Amino acid sequence: MTIVLGIESSCDETGVGLVRLDGDGRLELLADEVASSVEQHARFGGVVPEVASRAHLEAMVPTMRRAFEVAGLKLSDVDAIAVTSGPGLAGALLVGVSAAKAYALSLGVPLYGANHLAGHVAADTLEHGPLPSPCLALLVSGGHSQLLRVDDLATRITEIGSTIDDAAGEAYDKVARVLGLPYPGGPPIDRAARRGNPRAIAFPRGLTGPRDAEYDFSFSGLKTAVARWVEARERDGEEVPLDDVAASFQEAVADVLTAKAVRAAERFDIGTMVVSGGVAANSRIKALAAERCAAAGITLRVPKPRLCTDNGAMVAALGAHLVAAGVEPSSLDLSATPGLPVSTVSV
Amino acid sequence: MLVLAVDTSTPAVTAGVLDLPADGPPTLLAERVTVDAKAHGELLTPHVRDALAAAGKALAEVDAVVCGTGPGPFTGLRAGMVTAAALGHALDRPVHPVCSLDAIAAEAPGDPLLVVTDARRREVYWAAYGPGGARTAGPDVVAPAELAGRLAELGVTRVAGARIFDFGLPVVGPEHPTPVGLVTAAAAVLRAGAEPGDLTPLYLRRPDAVEPGARKRVSRA
Ligand SMILES: [Zn+2]
Repeated sequence: MTIVLGIESSCDETGVGLVRLDGDGRLELLADEVASSVEQHARFGGVVPEVASRAHLEAMVPTMRRAFEVAGLKLSDVDAIAVTSGPGLAGALLVGVSAAKAYALSLGVPLYGANHLAGHVAADTLEHGPLPSPCLALLVSGGHSQLLRVDDLATRITEIGSTIDDAAGEAYDKVARVLGLPYPGGPPIDRAARRGNPRAIAFPRGLTGPRDAEYDFSFSGLKTAVARWVEARERDGEEVPLDDVAASFQEAVADVLTAKAVRAAERFDIGTMVVSGGVAANSRIKALAAERCAAAGITLRVPKPRLCTDNGAMVAALGAHLVAAGVEPSSLDLSATPGLPVSTVSV
Repeated sequence: MLVLAVDTSTPAVTAGVLDLPADGPPTLLAERVTVDAKAHGELLTPHVRDALAAAGKALAEVDAVVCGTGPGPFTGLRAGMVTAAALGHALDRPVHPVCSLDAIAAEAPGDPLLVVTDARRREVYWAAYGPGGARTAGPDVVAPAELAGRLAELGVTRVAGARIFDFGLPVVGPEHPTPVGLVTAAAAVLRAGAEPGDLTPLYLRRPDAVEPGARKRVSRA
């Protein structure tokens, strides 16, 4: 039995997770504490790196204390530490990595610099058990939109496609601003969309032309199309049908994400799809993924919303997979790598 | 008393292990310092490990941690502070904050002193100290030329810290906070076994962030 501590600080959530790895490879989540600075960013309409970094420093030790309290564990019970070393905001990552190194040195346990994106996939194993090999992962959040082929969570992850401009969550934030909805834009747009008609306005589906990159995403054109459409109505003095705009925008995002993911699964003959990341909590993306996966005979796995958003539990889970796979730990001169590629699961 | 001192408020990545006797100045047992503004996150923990090894001490033997709290412009300041906070938590030992400028001043006792460090963006962090070593002004952040115009008012006759501007005063003391300076500045509270103050960084600047104004139009009218 191995207790793995996970630390996450790549964006605006300070996360500390504790996971128990049993002899048979099963994971049990013991604690998942998150301190978010999202409210401090709201008035800026997006994450301000310096504000996030300051908040991480303040929250790190208190969040750590809460996690151990919840788990009923002592620091000395920890057998290994995993920390998000990238990708993410440089100054934010630095806080988590520095803390993790100090804990690893003090406790005399191995340290794993772990990939945040792989962590999002690993989060699902906390809820639904081991992943078959291979599986396809669709990661959608404010920071990432990616299609990954996962042959081995601890050692072999390959990027199939990613966004060429905005992340899906960024498009939500920007469209929310156009519609006068609060930041972050995902939840209010989802709520409005449920009241609207998703077929009211035909917004463009980015990169779906015959010569476009088959598995890459683009949301910048969609965001601009929504803004133009709204402004044209405003200019003509017409009322903007907020619910219909939200529903039609959300439909365009969900359509492109799930169509490309299902096509990739079919093309690479992959029978299981994991959808994770903050935007995976979106009701329409989840529903459309379920519908299309069922039609294609693909098993869909979506972790509960709490595990989809950034947290320390997913990093602890990935750490447990690294320990179980016998992966070499990182050295204590580990540093944050803002642009860490997803193929580097641990550093 | 065995004390671990760390500071990352300047380009120097500093860790030291010291013995603080009941009386008199601290004795440096070992230190590891690298001047590299980009290496705080990478090197601080290895420096702590290596300084302890060189001193022949184990982390568990440390009685207290002293941490420079800036002011410092580098994101690296947080690397030192979170490292100190985590060590204190993991070891269950107090972490005493020290203004990093005080640590520089502690190594240049004597006549009234100005301490400056590089705040980047063509500014300096500064503080002034009286003949007894007590801080009489600052810490604050200002353009060096403006600070130069206030020397008479501040009554300082010497300058310590970053060698980035000629104030026309004799230059004394270290460029960066040292382990000896940090522990000297904290000696009284360490000996008193006092409850540590808040481990809060001295940023002295607000984050660069602007609230968005009215929504920009994307269409051409
Ligand atoms: Zn994420």
